[in-house]
Amino acid sequence: MKSLEELAAIRQRTLEGVNMRHDRHGTRIVVGMATCGIAAGARPVMMKFVEEIKKRNLQDVNVSQTGCIGMCELEPLVEVYMPGQEKVTYVKMTAEKASKVVNDHIVNGQVVSEYTIGNYKK
Amino acid sequence: MDLFRSHVLVCGGTGCSSSGSAELIRLFEEDIAKAGLENEVKVVRTGCFGLCAMGPIVIVYPEGAFYSRIRPENVEEIVNEHLLKGRIVRRLLCSEAIEDETTTKSLDEVDFYKKQKRVALRNCGVIDPENIDEYIAFDGYRALGKVLTEMTPQEVIDVIKASGLRGRGGAGFPTGTKWQFARNAVGDKKFVCCNADEGDPGAFMDRSVLEGDPHAVIEAMAIAAYAIGSDQGYIYVRAEYPIAVKRLQIAIGQAREYGLLGKNIFGTDFSFDLDIRLGAGAFVCGEETALMNSIEGKRGEPRPRPPFPANKGLFEKPTILNNVETYANVAQIILKGADWFASMGTEKSKGTKVFALGGKINNTGLVEIPMGTTLREIIYDIGGGIPNGKKFKAAQTGGPSGGCIPASLLDVSIDYDSLIAIGSMMGSGGMIVMDEDNCMVDIARFFLDFTVDESCGKCTPCRIGTRRMLEILERITEGKGEPGDIEKLETLAKNIKATALCGLGQTAPNPVLSTLQYFRDEYEAHIYEKRCPAGHCKKLLRYTIDPALCKGCSLCSKVCPVGAITGELRKTFSIDPNKCIKCGSCMEKCRFNAISRK
Repeated sequence: MKSLEELAAIRQRTLEGVNMRHDRHGTRIVVGMATCGIAAGARPVMMKFVEEIKKRNLQDVNVSQTGCIGMCELEPLVEVYMPGQEKVTYVKMTAEKASKVVNDHIVNGQVVSEYTIGNYKK
Repeated sequence: MDLFRSHVLVCGGTGCSSSGSAELIRLFEEDIAKAGLENEVKVVRTGCFGLCAMGPIVIVYPEGAFYSRIRPENVEEIVNEHLLKGRIVRRLLCSEAIEDETTTKSLDEVDFYKKQKRVALRNCGVIDPENIDEYIAFDGYRALGKVLTEMTPQEVIDVIKASGLRGRGGAGFPTGTKWQFARNAVGDKKFVCCNADEGDPGAFMDRSVLEGDPHAVIEAMAIAAYAIGSDQGYIYVRAEYPIAVKRLQIAIGQAREYGLLGKNIFGTDFSFDLDIRLGAGAFVCGEETALMNSIEGKRGEPRPRPPFPANKGLFEKPTILNNVETYANVAQIILKGADWFASMGTEKSKGTKVFALGGKINNTGLVEIPMGTTLREIIYDIGGGIPNGKKFKAAQTGGPSGGCIPASLLDVSIDYDSLIAIGSMMGSGGMIVMDEDNCMVDIARFFLDFTVDESCGKCTPCRIGTRRMLEILERITEGKGEPGDIEKLETLAKNIKATALCGLGQTAPNPVLSTLQYFRDEYEAHIYEKRCPAGHCKKLLRYTIDPALCKGCSLCSKVCPVGAITGELRKTFSIDPNKCIKCGSCMEKCRFNAISRK
């Protein structure tokens, strides 16, 4: 170890990998991962969320999975919980849609209404 | 580092390892691969989470699901349900972590953790102790970098002094002052030592720090070395801690590889290296001068002080010796500042203290609390109270050097000075909880038995004095106590305290003195009434049959292994006290509760 920069580089590199090991109280992105969700392609959606959050180095956002959310025909379903805001449910998600949700909703606070369950019903 | 969406943290401390956590790790890896999740889920072996009574413990992030008492057959279910389908297996969660039907509490809201403040244990149960990168990710070695590039040695000592950090080994000597003495001492070579010879019965704080966060100790020793002008350190750890030793060896190897130990650290003039010395487990080697003798390869016996180690320590060179937990605080103090540390705790005891909670308590394990927390909070809020609805009688702190805190002092603040004032001491952090079934005379006898066993024999007061005290205590617990025994114990205790060579000898009578102070009536009951109020001392027990309740069924006489119970069927039976061996079988068997023990 010859410099502080070297140390900082190791720190940065590893932090992304271990950062989730704290109790979080920030934004939660929950992906429905029951049989229906998995069959409809929830896994690539979730991995996309994980990847985007890492790429943008977003703190206090975590991605977790849950069981069947109940509307199997609309899977993959994703719910976004932001502190102090109502839950937003996205339906028929894909990896591309996931990138847009991170960009517009998580980062810029603009709900992508065209993907939401309310919009789908109309 | 690859990115995983989920981390499965499995405790690899000694407690959970002995209940089979290594097997769990293997099964998790196997089942995760079987489910095709090996690129998504990572299994990490960590240090101790603290709640050893509930082990083996598994925590799954990002949900923070707190699984307890996991058996190998549960692994597949967790993998298939939780990791694959995202359904937390609520049945296997620690009961304290369940909020209501649908929600679970996050870890920091569980009662056991809520009142804790983890400073020395901050990385235990969070990082993989065998991976230096994870330590670095959580600010590891940044304090060392800061010290070497921005601070003078004197500034380092000033920060430690201002923080109010005191030795966590028991005596509570101000750490900054100790470093100052060693810095001021003249010598061509100086040493930095770490005392990891944790010997108090029931204490495992240092072991858990070494197992869970070995780099924290290494980093702090390097900082100390810079502060006093040393280039060589030794960690003296007992060979009975194989997991701690192995992780330390791995950690030292990794630090050397990264150049965090060795020559010209961070490109500065500062060089420092570290070696491990294994102790054979003698209690006296936890005493600083005996420890240094042992490192030198001599017999582990204390030396007279002065000269103090700061002037003439290891190999007659200026030396500092700090406890593992003391070191575990150092890097945090450098990074967050003296004011941050001093804001925790009481006026004279700053920061936090780790306790190994054991004995008659629901949540056996490791807890770290801010100084000044009351004993009541530790036992009832964090420890979850006494099992089986029994009454709290006393807590023993400080091991063989400490004393007992009775129920009347439950609201005492846990800090160095308050504990000394009530005749106990902080000690290294063992805390043994006792309920109404514990006999206080027997507790004193237990600790004296330990001290007699472990006395190195160098000085007479300890070698002979403690043995005489033990003999008296044994007599009392066997019902052969005589009037005057209490006074004899007091005289012996006073003399040993005044004349023994080392700290261990001087404090050896404390368990007797403190039980005498608070439970003198129990001693008197043993001596004058030949009875043990707690019903513990076997030789003083007497089993009797209440004629009013006995139906003469003869079950007791059939079960008695020595034929001490006689009587006629359907008439009252009786026990011959001379034949009775006090096994209690008759009492268990009696269907009418006619047999009592006093």
